[in-house]
Amino acid sequence: MWEMIISELTQAVHELARGFAHILPRIIVLVIMAFAGWMVAYFLKVFLRSILRLIKFDKLSENAGASQLLTKAALPSATEVLSRFVFWVAWLGFILLGVRVLGILGLEEQIAKFFLFLPRLFVALFTIFFGMLGATFLSRAALLAAVNANLPSPRLLSVSIRTIIIIFVLSMAFEEVGVAEETMLVAFGIAFGATMFGLAIAFGTGGKDLAREFLEKRLVRGTSKDEGKEDDLSPL
Amino acid sequence: MTEVKLAGESFLTDDFLRQLIDVGEVDILVGVATHNNAKTIGSIVETIQAGILTYFPRERAVIVNADGGSRDGTPDLVVSAAIGDARSPSKLYALRTLHSISAQYASSPARGTALRTILAAAELLRARACAVISPESTQITTDWLPAVLRPIYSEEFDLVLPTYRRHRFEGILLSNLLYPMTRALYGLRIREPYALDFAFAGRLGSRFLAQNAWHDETARAGSETQFTLAAIAGGYRICQSFLGNKEHVERRSADLVPAMRQTAGALFASLEPNFSLWNSRTGSQPIPTAGAEPEFTLEPLRVNRKRLREMFSIGVAELESVFQSILCPSTLAELQRIAQLEESRFRYSAELWVKTVYEFAAAYHKSVISRDHIIQALVPLFRGRVFTFLVENRNGSAKDVEDNVETLCLEFERLKPYLLEIWNGRE
Repeated sequence: MWEMIISELTQAVHELARGFAHILPRIIVLVIMAFAGWMVAYFLKVFLRSILRLIKFDKLSENAGASQLLTKAALPSATEVLSRFVFWVAWLGFILLGVRVLGILGLEEQIAKFFLFLPRLFVALFTIFFGMLGATFLSRAALLAAVNANLPSPRLLSVSIRTIIIIFVLSMAFEEVGVAEETMLVAFGIAFGATMFGLAIAFGTGGKDLAREFLEKRLVRGTSKDEGKEDDLSPL
Repeated sequence: MTEVKLAGESFLTDDFLRQLIDVGEVDILVGVATHNNAKTIGSIVETIQAGILTYFPRERAVIVNADGGSRDGTPDLVVSAAIGDARSPSKLYALRTLHSISAQYASSPARGTALRTILAAAELLRARACAVISPESTQITTDWLPAVLRPIYSEEFDLVLPTYRRHRFEGILLSNLLYPMTRALYGLRIREPYALDFAFAGRLGSRFLAQNAWHDETARAGSETQFTLAAIAGGYRICQSFLGNKEHVERRSADLVPAMRQTAGALFASLEPNFSLWNSRTGSQPIPTAGAEPEFTLEPLRVNRKRLREMFSIGVAELESVFQSILCPSTLAELQRIAQLEESRFRYSAELWVKTVYEFAAAYHKSVISRDHIIQALVPLFRGRVFTFLVENRNGSAKDVEDNVETLCLEFERLKPYLLEIWNGRE
């Protein structure tokens, strides 16, 4: 009886030792991969941070309005956020490669999916960033044009343009990463259509006089001769 | 050999190059940039012809029309205009052939490209002296040609800028921004740095043609101002010539934005490359002026001051987020304070205006936002300054108006160290 128990225990210990001997080199590889990955990721972070500082990425981000969002969310500067993001993605990538060596069933497929997802994530982030840049630029251009042309509610016009562009950009980004594609598409269609329809109704009914004046000014030249004149003054 | 090389590389059309080759070398070139000016161009070209025949009968001369896609037959009127048509019986006879040629440089008007076309033509024809006349200068007389060309032709000046007899409230952008700021920074009292009627020596034209960034949209916008600034920066000899009355040209409120780009935009853009030139200059010097000094006339003029002030206040309120990027907090706070004042108490002081303009110039240099947006943002503030200028000079004599402008100029000169301080200091 005791002999059987001891034999089984010995066998179990041997199997454990064999398993440990089998997994130990893989764990060592994982640790080495993680360490090497940390080194590479850190180098990438430092390199990217330098490049971004060189091209004054923070200023670009400030112009895009992204810095304001980051400040509101108590996050560091755009350069720092992007550098850290790249650091973590790179390090995580190396760790996952190391985990792959462990040979755990089903994990390889998930890791492959993760790596396939990364480029799409990057594209989505860039879409959002440049979309915000475009939204800020165009909304400011609209604001200035409206103020200088003495149009009513310039800020409302500017905010509307910014909102529409951001909705458009977000829908593109979500579509890129594959999150709720159809929902986003339908939501964007409804929001955009409703906004345009609302504006058309508001302009046509609420501002019918304005609409008439606008059309007269555009289509019938000379009917409103005094409109828009700079008070008979020539600046030059 | 030169012609073959230029034909291959030139932006000028083959047809225009052929016309230039037919003309050959000239002594005098008069350029007219047009776009749908059929109503006025005929009489202007006839006056130019009469001026050339009267004062430069022995010189080889050409009138070059650079047209921006007119649809009213303006180029045909330039080419077909003849002195006999309007001045019968004419006693003017040319000793040399007087050519009139025309080129359509684009299908839509672009002042910079028009000037470039005239400069290129002047270079190809090796013109010694060139004049540019605005198609809106309906008050032109035959005396204009010798007034702007003689200093170049006989006195070796490189650039002749005009001075006029203007209404006291005309050209406020010049009298309240471009003239005082150019004077304070570059140290020369040039009354019309943005000139539409001027003359230049061939060598200056060739130099400007070679150095200007013609492909840059913002650079092309204020090419006339840039031309003057390039002459100042290059140390060329500049003088002024009195041309008489400057006729009122009706403008729309939307015209103020391009006007701001052509003047303040070009001036701000010039500050960066010429920093070493202007940072050390103090005070200002008069430049030689032929004829009378610039004058102001005092006829009554209908001006809607209330609208100007309203647009200023709306601009300050609506553009707060934009101004936060451009202006110092104290300047913005002061603007917001005066924007709240009643019309009777409203005053945009010279000091505040100068600080505003200098802060805009520094913001332009640092590109805190899009440079074109910075220029556009200055427009509503300028309206506030116009309001104050109108109020201050409402009952003033011509001398009072002149004194007012002079005071502003001295304020620009006094606060120049402030510009230097913020140029690199404030982020």
